[in-house]
Amino acid sequence: MDAQTVIAKRIAQELRSGMLVNLGIGIPTLVANHVPEGVGVFFQSENGLIGTGPIPEEGMAHPTLTDAAGHPVSALPGASTFDSATSFGLIRGGHLDMTVLGGLQVDAKGRLANWMIPGKMVPGMGGAMDLVSGAKRVVVAMQHTAKGRPKIVKECSLPLTSLRQVDLVVTELAVIAFPGNRATLLETAPGVTAKDVVASTEAELVVPDHVPEMSL
Amino acid sequence: MKTISLKDAVALIPDAASLMIGGFMAVGTPERVVDELVRQGKRNLTVIANDTAMPGRGIGKLVSAGLISRTIASHIGLNPETQQQMINGKMAVELVPQGTLIERIRAGGFGLGGILTPTGVGTVVEEGKQRLEVDGKSYLLETALRADFALVHAFLADYLGNLSYALTARNFNPVIAMAADTVVVTADHIVPVGVIAPDHVVTPAPVVDYLVANE
Repeated sequence: MDAQTVIAKRIAQELRSGMLVNLGIGIPTLVANHVPEGVGVFFQSENGLIGTGPIPEEGMAHPTLTDAAGHPVSALPGASTFDSATSFGLIRGGHLDMTVLGGLQVDAKGRLANWMIPGKMVPGMGGAMDLVSGAKRVVVAMQHTAKGRPKIVKECSLPLTSLRQVDLVVTELAVIAFPGNRATLLETAPGVTAKDVVASTEAELVVPDHVPEMSL
Repeated sequence: MKTISLKDAVALIPDAASLMIGGFMAVGTPERVVDELVRQGKRNLTVIANDTAMPGRGIGKLVSAGLISRTIASHIGLNPETQQQMINGKMAVELVPQGTLIERIRAGGFGLGGILTPTGVGTVVEEGKQRLEVDGKSYLLETALRADFALVHAFLADYLGNLSYALTARNFNPVIAMAADTVVVTADHIVPVGVIAPDHVVTPAPVVDYLVANE
């Protein structure tokens, strides 16, 4: 199983029936491919859609039915559409149960940086700051390291997305949460030891005596 | 509300005007108006919109033609030309969180001086802004935005200017329609009064100034 699939499959286990969930672009989008059987969730696209469905069959796409990247999607039975003020009212107003976002860095207290690299990449924050500030649960989906360098760091060197602590970080190596403001190893990926995770993590990591393996 | 030709509608817009333009990655953007802005070569525009789309589509065409001197948007990441013009100083870009941007526009159109949002507290977005505590929670004061023109695209417009929108092409359109001095609308279909049931009207006719005739 490749890194992205490990991450997406593990995060999909966090889904519960009836949840309203927003998936960011990149690895988070893949979570939709692994929704556990019998679990029915509403996916939101922040451009104004709840009930986002899979890419339509050829010839079935509509130019005004798209995801937040502007790509054609379908709408599932029970879908709804709305303007951007309502879309972000859902996000900030306590109506969004979970958001899954990509990450550039997460610090030891669980604060996320994911929207710019000064001098290199300034795409704009889009909806990321609202999503992290407003969602009931924030899950970060990212590779554990970038070009061999840890992404879970003592302090973010990149501009923060929000002061709000994220709830869960899922990488191809580990599941990490932040109880008591301390990065804590909750699970390791199959074939990965706690030692491996610590070696790839810059932030100090609390390692409980027993760390279960992700069940995928 | 007046009906108007595309050419005359765009002729109303002077150089250096501020424009709110509907659309999200060009979905729901009034493409015909954008094309005519390029054709008439309007200069020095300020554009307030969710994003600058990509080269060759929607607002991306205005970027490529070098018509924009200032942009207020939430995302420019899919248009490398915007980033390039920002870096070489040709275009000033103010990046605003998407939920804050739409609320600032809503405030502008709804008679409010601004809004309080928790988004951006403690980040670079806070720089130069007032932080207020309400019931123990921190918020940023974000001021209202208005523009000289709103360029709106609807799915249906009736002869009086009542509007409804299609699927994800709604996005910023009904919000900007409230927040500009002059509201110019294009629609996929212009239909008799009554075709849009009162409950299905999203933008009421009195806020629309000009409905651009279809060809």
